Amino acid sequence: MGNVLAFCEFVVSSGGAQLRSSALSNLSFARLAAEAHGGEVVALLIGPGAAAAGPDAAKYAPKVVVVDDPGLAHYLAETYAPIVAEVAKAQGATLISATASAVGKDLAPRVAGLLDAGMASDVAKLAGKDTFVRPVLAGNAYSTVQVTTPIIVVTPRQSEFEAAAELPAAGTVATAPAGALDALGAEFVRLDAQKSDRPELSDAKVVVSGGRGMKNGENFKVLEQLADLLGAAMGASRAATDAGMVPADWQVGQTGKIVAPNLYFAVAISGAIQHLAGMKGSKTIVAINKNKDEPIFQVADYGVVAEWEKAVPELIAEIKKLKASR
Amino acid sequence: MKILVPVKRVPDPTQKAKIKDGHIDLTGASWIVNTFDEYAIETALRLVENGADNTRLPGAEIIVVSLGPDEAAKEIRTCLAMGADRAIHVSCSDAEIDSLVVVKVLAAIVAAEKPDAVIMGKQAVDGDANQVGQMLAAKLGWPQATFAASLELSADKAAFTVGREVDGGVEYKKVPLHSVITVDLRIVAPRAVKNGVTPESHNYSGEGARLPSLKGIMAAKKKPMTQAKLADYGAGLGAVIREQSVVLPPPRAAGQIVADIATLVKKLADEAKVL
Repeated sequence: MGNVLAFCEFVVSSGGAQLRSSALSNLSFARLAAEAHGGEVVALLIGPGAAAAGPDAAKYAPKVVVVDDPGLAHYLAETYAPIVAEVAKAQGATLISATASAVGKDLAPRVAGLLDAGMASDVAKLAGKDTFVRPVLAGNAYSTVQVTTPIIVVTPRQSEFEAAAELPAAGTVATAPAGALDALGAEFVRLDAQKSDRPELSDAKVVVSGGRGMKNGENFKVLEQLADLLGAAMGASRAATDAGMVPADWQVGQTGKIVAPNLYFAVAISGAIQHLAGMKGSKTIVAINKNKDEPIFQVADYGVVAEWEKAVPELIAEIKKLKASR
Repeated sequence: MKILVPVKRVPDPTQKAKIKDGHIDLTGASWIVNTFDEYAIETALRLVENGADNTRLPGAEIIVVSLGPDEAAKEIRTCLAMGADRAIHVSCSDAEIDSLVVVKVLAAIVAAEKPDAVIMGKQAVDGDANQVGQMLAAKLGWPQATFAASLELSADKAAFTVGREVDGGVEYKKVPLHSVITVDLRIVAPRAVKNGVTPESHNYSGEGARLPSLKGIMAAKKKPMTQAKLADYGAGLGAVIREQSVVLPPPRAAGQIVADIATLVKKLADEAKVL
């Protein structure tokens, strides 16, 4: 018997505070885990606005703990990890989960270190109370691991768990103190944000990615037109981000974002193992490449052997035609 | 500056994964230094040298630590050949260790060696766990800067400003000496590491970590490699993570090459129903 503590990221905007979609995936994993552990889900929200986002979290979790303190204005693993560890103890948690996002991947292992807890990263499936399925070797194999410590830390993959549905009745919201905050000398300096009106890459329904064959950043504009037509997020291969054609956080792959949209366009992408690891969970994959021998065609559901310069404008025109006909 | 760089040998990721008796079959596999760890060595080297004239700064030392079987000595020598000064090889089988065991050993080595910083890869490309750096920082009570895409040593040489690739942008985090820094791919970009000595205008190749030179390979043969055992660190107590089985993912159903874009759009709409 033990509870599951789900660390939940949230956003605060002029319209109010609410959970991120990544938190909803985490809560969906946490529900499965709580069932296996014979306990309940406790959602944990940390940082300014946590109290405001509490009621939104309570739609999805029977119990919500918020830690809201001005000293937590910027996420720092050094200050957040001890709070997660303390709340986990106070709530009788036997499993702690955080989505495998940039924050979750930074934070969760530090929490595990503080608690001497074994950890399973990037989990794709819950196979039992303490047993998890996770990709290894860049997604070329799946390993089932058992974690034998009294407390277990898990980072579920957002692309593998659907957003949790609302509960029939909202849960309760409690506050917990931040305690003495010690950043150990670490400081947040600044965030150079990539502003975009497009959906987040990690949970977009459609993703349009370009690769080395796009040659330069200017050429990505035509892909962006396609993306905006489809309400898609933009992605890229490592070759394209390394070459500085597009922002680094567009990178899809083993070392970038893992995506699993309904529809994935790979344009002028050869299909290195590195890239495939990040997108082969997509429902439908379309590859456009002028070289028919590229490995991307081996994972694509639909392939078009053509130069992007000709194919992408045609694709935009055909989709517009289709939309107009409906 | 004294920098500790933990490294792991991993099966060459370009090999096709094979399964035998429910686990990855590594018979006859070729091995390499984990790519991200190689990048960590490159980062450490760039911190302690003048890149323009290739000279080492006085008082600098780079220590490589690796846990692994006897055969891992080969990959450790590669790190020495790249330019690390000495190595500690903690001999063990891969089955004996998991992240927490590795962390326990590394924490003991940090306590003994007292480095100014630990710089390591963000993850090993076999297990893809991305845990050890953060766990080690927690155990040491040190700050951490993970997924470093850039690194700048402050003018007073007492802090690092680390550019971290996060969801939605690049976050800059400042950490003092005695921190754990884990590096990401772009740390090997031509100007990603600034140490205040190498001229700002100097461009490194940016094509990954440097290759060992012939001179480096010869020198590495004479560099000290301390041999140790898990038990020396009280860490021979067993791993808490047990791998039960490994399977290969089911292959994707064969796709089709379509003749033109009009056909593609028709199929996406009518067959796949995604438009």
